Amino acid sequence: MQVEAKTGDLKIETFDEGLVLTPLGAWTAEGVDAAARRAEKLDLSGAKGKTLAFDLGQLDRLDTVGVLVLHRLEARAAEIDAKVEIHNVKPPHQRLLDALSDRGRGDPPAKAGEFGPVTLLADVGESVLEMGKDAARATSFLGAVVAATGKLMLAPWRFRFTSTVVHLERVGLRAVPIIALISFLVGAIVAQQSIFQLKNFGATLFVVDLLGILVLRELGVLLTAIMVAGRSGSAFTAEIGSMKMREEIDALKTMGLDPIEILAMPRLVALVIAMPLLAFLASMSALLGGGLVAWIYGDVTPVTFLQRLKDALSLQTFFVGLVKAPFMAIVIGLIACTEGMKVEGSAESLGARTTSSVVKSIFIVIVLDGVFAMFFAAMGI
Amino acid sequence: MAEANGGTPDNIISVRDLVVGFGDRNVIDGFDLDVRRGEILGVVGPSGAGKSVTLRAVIGLLPKKAGIVEVLGVDLDQATAKERLAVERRWGVLFQQGALFSSQTVLQNIQMPLREHTSLSPKLLDEIARLKIDLVGLKPEAADRFPSELSGGMIKRAALARALALDPDIVFLDEPTAGLDPIGAADFDKLIMTLRDALGLTVYMVTHDLDSLTTACDRIAALKGGKTLAVGPMSEMVKNDDPWMQQYFRGERARAAGIGATAA
Repeated sequence: MQVEAKTGDLKIETFDEGLVLTPLGAWTAEGVDAAARRAEKLDLSGAKGKTLAFDLGQLDRLDTVGVLVLHRLEARAAEIDAKVEIHNVKPPHQRLLDALSDRGRGDPPAKAGEFGPVTLLADVGESVLEMGKDAARATSFLGAVVAATGKLMLAPWRFRFTSTVVHLERVGLRAVPIIALISFLVGAIVAQQSIFQLKNFGATLFVVDLLGILVLRELGVLLTAIMVAGRSGSAFTAEIGSMKMREEIDALKTMGLDPIEILAMPRLVALVIAMPLLAFLASMSALLGGGLVAWIYGDVTPVTFLQRLKDALSLQTFFVGLVKAPFMAIVIGLIACTEGMKVEGSAESLGARTTSSVVKSIFIVIVLDGVFAMFFAAMGI
Repeated sequence: MAEANGGTPDNIISVRDLVVGFGDRNVIDGFDLDVRRGEILGVVGPSGAGKSVTLRAVIGLLPKKAGIVEVLGVDLDQATAKERLAVERRWGVLFQQGALFSSQTVLQNIQMPLREHTSLSPKLLDEIARLKIDLVGLKPEAADRFPSELSGGMIKRAALARALALDPDIVFLDEPTAGLDPIGAADFDKLIMTLRDALGLTVYMVTHDLDSLTTACDRIAALKGGKTLAVGPMSEMVKNDDPWMQQYFRGERARAAGIGATAA
């Protein structure tokens, strides 16, 4: 069996009548590269007004890519008024040439969208508008949720109890280990750093006040919200988004079912129940971590710690933290569901919406926490 | 000789005693098949007979428990990674749902294999992709659309264009006409035949479409219970006296497709 060349080449000969081009070897997708680059730079002026002949007799293999390179040479020949002749074509190559003779010629349509300062400005403008639309969408979604809640109150048997319990397990129970661990560690770190600073003033014992108030008012609920946004918010967006992609949401609508009632309500209710519980757990866990560190680094015995904690905290401090949890749960759930509903056909869009769901939830949760802090300060709580 | 364009002159794919299973259940058990160079072979069988499983096993997406699969004369189990890649570059696969990359335009989808396997200039890549788009009968405007913006028929055509990107010797089609309207399906059959003639393709087609089987396929392989029931042209299929074959090729729908008339 004759060994066939794996790459193509191009031979050029000049005659009085014009140029003769002889493609050699394999003019295929894999092999034509070098020959194509040569053909691109080839000086065809010798054929101007004369003949440009192709001798295909020494071509081993030809595929559509090779034909395309030939087409380009022919087009250039037409520009300089050269007459094109093709000789010695092998039968299989002829079949391919015939099949492609009128294919893929003509200019590609003009491409729009060059990068430049204008597109940059347009992008910025679009993002600003999009932010406004996002706010409107979330608000309208909140309205739809309120309406669905109203409808469910009139017909409570339609509430999807099983689904809610399933989500409660995913959002709540399964988040317990990671939230407990992270809060434990953060509590420990805060306590350790505080002890180092407070020691300078001989006020080591105040670490208990600092830790207790910080954890119960802010840290516990904030850490929980961030973890839940990352864990469950992303999952909600991806679930609802892929349902949207596969027209499952449309299927629900055509059955006369309300996607908000079926998909969003159970998730939101599960979040609203789970968040305060998780926030409580996070606070306790952070206190435990902080208490251990205080014992080790600051010689504050557990008994002293608890005694001091009891004096430092009021029930109010405890509730000020927990009362924020359900609001944060609603914000996370709303953003996750609206982002999920915004998913379009592509896998990329699913990824983009999931990312944006988490980023937005965390941002809004922190802003909300700030608003609460200002509100409580104004109220003197 | 390990050159991937070898193989016996006739059989471009040869499958012997193929066994494929999940757990201890064998879906394919002792499947034999030869595909001849340049033919369009249709693979039929009842639902769950393992048509798609066979196809996936031949192209190496499913592990097989036993058997030999030779494509272009290369035993895919014995082949080195390099030989395997050489074979993989000479086949194209059209998946049932198209499997176009949703984050890329049609043009980029077609260029993907070329971009990865060759070092052609971007301008030439664009022209190649536009040629393939033209070849499969899509309008030039389709080039810059995303898969989510295409109709079912256009997705199949775009996916075929991607399968043809590297000018393969073999194309595997998994239910190419499923989900197309009869006119679209007939067009697609015609397209496959035209491309086979123009590009010298060998086509391995899993199908349920009796019209495709009569118009496009040179030979038909019937699968049942994980084994090859019969292989041959339509005229032989009609004469087979297996009850399923009788029902399939001589039933109501077959008569509507004009098969009964040729047999009678």
